[in-house]
Amino acid sequence: MISGSSDTNLRKLTTINRRMFIFSAAKAVVFFGIVGRLFSLQISENKKYLTLSDKNRLRESRLPPVRGEFKDYFGNTVAGNLKVYQLHVIPEQVEDFKYLMVRLKDILNLDTKTFENLIKKKNKQKPWETLVISENLTWDEFSKINFYLHELTGAKPVITVGRNYPYKNSYTHVLGYVSQVSTNDILNNKTIKDRNVPGLRVGKSGLEKTFEEQLIGTNSVQRYEVNAYGKRINQIDHEEGKQGKTIRLTIDTEIQNYTSELLKDKAGSISIMDIYTGEIIAMNSSPSFDPNLFLYGIDQNTWSQIKKDPLKPLVNKTLSGLYSPGSTIKPIVALSALENDVISPNMQVKCSGKIEMYGQTYHCWKEKGHGYMSLKNAIKQSCDIYFYEVSRLLGVDRLNLTAEKFGLGKKVLGDFFPNEKKGLVPSTSWKKKALDQSWYLGETLITGIGQGYIQVNPLQLCIMTAQLANGGYKIYPTIVADEKLESYEEIKKKIQEQKGDNTEENYLIRATEEFLKTGVKEHTPLFRNQENVKFVLDAMFKSTNEIYGTSYASRIDDPKYQYAGKTGTAQVKRITERDRELDLDLLQIPYKDRDHAWFIAFGPYKNPRYAMSILVEHGGSGSKAAAPIAKKLFKLLIDRKELRDKKKSRKTNI
Amino acid sequence: MYQRFSYSTQQTFFQKVRSMDYILLFAILSVGLISGFSMYSIDGGSFEYYTQNHLIRFSVFFILMLIISFVNIKVWHATGYIFYLISLGLLFWASFYGVTASGSQRWINLYFINLQPSELMKIAIILCFSKYYHRVQIHNVNNFKNILVSCIILIIPIFLVISQPDLGTSVLIALSGIMVLWLAGLNLKYFVYSSLLLLISAPFVISFLKPYQKLRLLTFFDPGKDPLGAGYQIIQSKIAVGSGGLYGKGFLKGTQGYLEFLPEKHTDFIFTLFSEEFGFIGSLVLLILYSIIIFRIIRIGTFSRSFFGRLFCFGFGSAIFIYILVNMSMVLGLLPVVGSPLPIMSYGGSSMLATMIGFGVVMSTKIYSKQLIS
Repeated sequence: MISGSSDTNLRKLTTINRRMFIFSAAKAVVFFGIVGRLFSLQISENKKYLTLSDKNRLRESRLPPVRGEFKDYFGNTVAGNLKVYQLHVIPEQVEDFKYLMVRLKDILNLDTKTFENLIKKKNKQKPWETLVISENLTWDEFSKINFYLHELTGAKPVITVGRNYPYKNSYTHVLGYVSQVSTNDILNNKTIKDRNVPGLRVGKSGLEKTFEEQLIGTNSVQRYEVNAYGKRINQIDHEEGKQGKTIRLTIDTEIQNYTSELLKDKAGSISIMDIYTGEIIAMNSSPSFDPNLFLYGIDQNTWSQIKKDPLKPLVNKTLSGLYSPGSTIKPIVALSALENDVISPNMQVKCSGKIEMYGQTYHCWKEKGHGYMSLKNAIKQSCDIYFYEVSRLLGVDRLNLTAEKFGLGKKVLGDFFPNEKKGLVPSTSWKKKALDQSWYLGETLITGIGQGYIQVNPLQLCIMTAQLANGGYKIYPTIVADEKLESYEEIKKKIQEQKGDNTEENYLIRATEEFLKTGVKEHTPLFRNQENVKFVLDAMFKSTNEIYGTSYASRIDDPKYQYAGKTGTAQVKRITERDRELDLDLLQIPYKDRDHAWFIAFGPYKNPRYAMSILVEHGGSGSKAAAPIAKKLFKLLIDRKELRDKKKSRKTNI
Repeated sequence: MYQRFSYSTQQTFFQKVRSMDYILLFAILSVGLISGFSMYSIDGGSFEYYTQNHLIRFSVFFILMLIISFVNIKVWHATGYIFYLISLGLLFWASFYGVTASGSQRWINLYFINLQPSELMKIAIILCFSKYYHRVQIHNVNNFKNILVSCIILIIPIFLVISQPDLGTSVLIALSGIMVLWLAGLNLKYFVYSSLLLLISAPFVISFLKPYQKLRLLTFFDPGKDPLGAGYQIIQSKIAVGSGGLYGKGFLKGTQGYLEFLPEKHTDFIFTLFSEEFGFIGSLVLLILYSIIIFRIIRIGTFSRSFFGRLFCFGFGSAIFIYILVNMSMVLGLLPVVGSPLPIMSYGGSSMLATMIGFGVVMSTKIYSKQLIS
């Protein structure tokens, strides 16, 4: 009992009370310690822990961006995005996965291999991750799935977008194709790396690859809240991505498709260019392939078929194919000789079918010979003997300068296509440097008829023709339409103002000026005397429109469509004496040994606008295999000229 | 209220009711209400399993507490040893026939409830020591016999609980017992000696710890070492508390709890869930409520006329404080993770039962504060 009288009890009481007091004081201190800790966690470090908490619970799911489109000059979509029907399954939400899969296999007619792959894929991923059963269902399959949907719990029919090339083969070599991202794509392109998500398609070749950064678009982002086990609980927000930029090309689909048709079953190339604006109106290489095949992974059979095709559909012949230009080089040889005052247009050479020079015999294509030839006739009838003589007098180095000025031996479209090849215009210094050999005069002779070392791609011949046809002025080829570019009228006006001061010095000064103010596109004259250019153009006109001209058979008399051109027949193999004696018919020669057929042309002759180059690989002679194509093309081309000009003027008015 | 001048030990029922400590009752009920809200949040915002069970337990044991309050303090004094012995017996029972869950054999199946005797022992040890030192004269407190008996009383249950194994509860039992011994006037030097002894034997003790206990100890010193393993609990609970901020994320909006990042959120880590949803202010309110409870218990002790009542109240009040301290320090990353519930708040019948018995005896001390115990 506690009684105040007892001393020991009092002492006990005070002991207990004192100790309790000490203890309570300690408790108060500890209490404030706890509050302090709470304060430091919840107030001082609140931001840090809030971030950590959000990091815990929020997951981002990025969806593939919607790719920008390609339009042709008239605004038709040539590479677009099509609705794609897909079938997704989230295994977690399926009651009986096996049953569902067997039913789906039945409905979609999945083969056993695909079925097994799907099962394997399912076992690898987390149960809440989407399993894509099919990336590309047909409408029939899709509606069938929807019809049975009530008994397919867990199956999700999904509509998304996928790349589509409506003109299939026509644009393949221009646009390239898209396909699944590869490790290399990720390593080489940071944008792809940043936006990579399953299902993303990126450009693998052509403009699809070149303009990847503009086309790719930005990802849509879905933010989800997940629980501690990573399961999605609900969607927090959805951020719509931006579609990639739409790029308008200078190409006219109508003409592009026609070139495909004209080159059907042939190996070859057609390029058409506006001779003032440099706009490429058509650029085709044949054979081609359907780029849509690559979208969801091409099957092995089709792929090896494409790869093994002897006509090489994977090679863009317009840019990557290098060929001897054959006689199509003759206008440049003639121009170079005139510009350098090496010959007079009236110089006469007798062609007797062959000529003996430097201990070797050089043949003309015409065995019997052309007789006495002037320069104009020599171009018109493509006399080789005459051009042996011209090039002998000219020399390869002077020819090299003119040829490079007009666009040979350098890239035409620059950075648009990484697979574009430069070709080669030989010179003595080039041979010294590259082969460490001195130049032989005999090599000059065959260079003069476009054989030997000289190598060009079809687009180079096209721009060469264009720069001749516009009177000899520099142009800037492009394949992407840009409203800011000058119209052909403006360019033509500019060119006409330049006439008069076209001496070599002025040319050099202008060239330097142009170099100094980069970005400004000066249409500098490439000639010394415009009469020389006019002379060559006239010769080309005669070649097509006068009897005995090499392409006379393919002429168009209607002045509206009348054009001028020059044929070329490039040997792929040295012709032996035995071959000459045999004089085999084209079909009797093995395909690989047949000549390449060339034709370069511009039109309409009065007030020319377009230049083109046509190549038919192993097609035989240029006049028989290539020139008739030009005849058909010019009809369509000039018929559509008005439409095209209207489009341009309307655009500039806006 | 306290009637200093009335020596009548006979009180009418209404006098008893009037002399109850309503502030203490209010604080207990408030904490109970808060715990109900927290359980409601654990059930994902519906009145389901945890909420129902917890509130039923709280109500039943609260009534039990009231019943205990109205029983004369003399009775509780008399049952002091018996209660201890029953608890001890149940501990033995648990050791031999107990229900094993998550690697520890600490429950006995009583069909309607799974009882955890170690929780009862937390109260029993206080009751037992209070009774023992009620009679001991101050100059006899430090004699050999008393110290030996105390040591035996203390060590047997601790040993049993450690062997379950349940480090957390054994530490709490030990601290509760030691507290009463200290209050009773045991010489400071014994505490110093035994602490030194513990320190020296610590490596030896650690070698006896189960691997998971060692891991807990290690993760306490470096929780970042294994963020997805043993350190996960501490990291996630710190994130929950820290992200609560000043006002909290709002009732039923605690993402850490709701999305199951918090481990043991309904038992030992209930405070983190509460703190995430109600923030610093909510936590402070809860801490103040607990402080009021502790303060009122100690206040009742100071007005008690018996050493038993005084010692029990002081001991129990301090024990409650220790429970809270250990639990808070654990969830706030100040102490290693040892299993220790937060009184009233944590889900669990045995802990609630023990706490309410304690409150009951305290209230009985209040009602019968003038009762002399010979």
